[in-house]
Amino acid sequence: MMTPNPLRVLILGAGSGIAQATARLYAAEGAMIGLAGRNAERLTAIAADLTARGAAATEIFDIDFTDPDAAATLAGMVAKLGGLDHVLLAYGVLGDQALADRDAAAALAIIDVNFRSAAAWMLAVANLLEVQGRGSLVVLGSVAGDRGRRSNYVYGAAKAGLAVLVQGISHRFRSVGPRVVIVKPGPTDTAMTAGMAKGGPMWATPEAVAAVVRKAADSGGPVVYAPGRWWLIMAIIRNIPAAIFNKMNF
Amino acid sequence: MRVAQPAFPDELPPLMRQGAELPHGVLAGGLRRSYGDSCINDGGALVEMTGLDRFVRFDRTTGLLEAEAGVSLSAILKLAIPAGFFLPVTPGTKFVTLGGAIANDVHGKNHHRAGSFGRWIRSVSLLRSDGSACFVADDDATGLFAATVGGLGLTGVMTRATLQLAPIASSNMAVETVPFGNLGEFFALSGESDASHDYTVAWIDCLAQGDKLGRGIFTRARHASDGELRVKPPGGPSVPIDAPGFLLNRLSIAAFNEVYFRLAGRARQATVSYDPFFYPLDAIGGWNRLYGSRGFYQYQSVVPPSVAADATAEMLRTIADAGQGSFLAVLKTFGDVASPGLLSFPRQGTTLALDFANKGGPTLWLLDRLDAIVRQAGGRLYPAKDGRLPPAMFRAGYPALDQFTTHLDPGMSSTFWRRMTP
Repeated sequence: MMTPNPLRVLILGAGSGIAQATARLYAAEGAMIGLAGRNAERLTAIAADLTARGAAATEIFDIDFTDPDAAATLAGMVAKLGGLDHVLLAYGVLGDQALADRDAAAALAIIDVNFRSAAAWMLAVANLLEVQGRGSLVVLGSVAGDRGRRSNYVYGAAKAGLAVLVQGISHRFRSVGPRVVIVKPGPTDTAMTAGMAKGGPMWATPEAVAAVVRKAADSGGPVVYAPGRWWLIMAIIRNIPAAIFNKMNF
Repeated sequence: MRVAQPAFPDELPPLMRQGAELPHGVLAGGLRRSYGDSCINDGGALVEMTGLDRFVRFDRTTGLLEAEAGVSLSAILKLAIPAGFFLPVTPGTKFVTLGGAIANDVHGKNHHRAGSFGRWIRSVSLLRSDGSACFVADDDATGLFAATVGGLGLTGVMTRATLQLAPIASSNMAVETVPFGNLGEFFALSGESDASHDYTVAWIDCLAQGDKLGRGIFTRARHASDGELRVKPPGGPSVPIDAPGFLLNRLSIAAFNEVYFRLAGRARQATVSYDPFFYPLDAIGGWNRLYGSRGFYQYQSVVPPSVAADATAEMLRTIADAGQGSFLAVLKTFGDVASPGLLSFPRQGTTLALDFANKGGPTLWLLDRLDAIVRQAGGRLYPAKDGRLPPAMFRAGYPALDQFTTHLDPGMSSTFWRRMTP
């Protein structure tokens, strides 16, 4: 379905499960979708899927997100897409907390991907959206960023950093012009969580999270939980006194 | 059973190689709607394919669709219906993967016109456990295509397939229901309706006896010739807990059947969405829990046309005598369109599908008696619905078994396969 003015969407980390599910929603709307990631072969398969589902066009950007010059790379992508309406920053790694406990390099690798490089991309996107005076940036955070716990606190700290960045950018944009939102999913059944025991009421599908992400790009923010019940759960968890929290085993 | 969940095709070759080294090898799995053990691999590896659910290309003018094997029929319908296409053949649930539909060469209510699902498959991309990839088209002379269609996933992992969709003018169905008083009336109605309608199927009251033996309700339908092309939104009620066993006894089933027969006791016509017509049980999540924690046996047979009337009557008499009714007794005439697979279940004749609450010994005894009738008639049972088929009966029902075995991937197996080939 070619529409005369398709929505132009850039997905950073297009291979992730939540990103793919979100991209399918955009494809069904006839959007033009830029897919950025590290594996061109996989991105090609995703692009074909989106085209079959109705995307107006797709562009593949085979990039390393830790490259320092995000702003220049972003400008090149926008030129290829012919504009930019929505950006989804979806890449990240869970890492191995047990390894990070002992090995500073492993801990910093988690922080480099999830915070350092993501921050550079967020600032580059924010500057671009500010110049054009419209558009939206949705960042995938995590409920792990709401309270540190021993099983994933380095990952959680990086995601918490993103939340503060979103807060600041949102303040900078105030209530006019571009929108910036952090979506904080709970545990989601994707490749990132492969190998964990799944199922049960705490686990969401990538499709359910994608619906929240897609909506966040149009309305709401700056903090959105996915599914929404995590707002309440995390409000409680954040407020448990440390003396009690630290005795809990989860 | 070790389970892997790949998200991209490039993850498959190492998973296959590792799985093939296990004593019970590796099997690809889909949405696991097969009732028996053909979709599990106890003691081996299972590669869950549902993450490989991308479309590869869709030609909106011809309806030719290539997709990864883990895509569900539900997702295909969502794509195809707004474009004016439908599945050429569909089973009674849309929660089946493309690979699973091929592996079981599923059939639908339009078998007399369209044949089995495999007839609409143009090509399959296979990955063997030794890491070699091959592409087999429907004109393949090596026999690998014929082994793969209906081959229970044992000839390699299907990575992609190309399916020819069927054009439709509307997502609605023009449906007509006609009650019939006995089995003879069924065969008359079926013969006349197969010539005039795309879809035909009958529900049978399998507790009715005597001159009411085989009474039921016949449904015949066509795609509506005009109207909207709308995908039904998902959702619906679900069954939260296992029903207690006492809900399923002879009296409750007899009462249900009586009420159902009376409610539908006059001929009527209606236009309904495709979804409740094809997938009534999909609207009730976890419907199988209605059978309680002991579950149920499905039993689906097909018997050749020459003996169909006698064999079906004998099966229904046996069930009625045993007093073990089935809520879902479904009768359908398969047409003469040949199935492409060496182990395809559909063949010309009459198919009877039943499910029986698992009451242990008495249920198995009844199924053994039904086996004897089917075997005597020269018929066969459906592996996708089986949990107890004796190997000798499998061998008798599938004469191309030895030919199939030459195409088996040596690194692959399933619990069903080991049960059939001890």
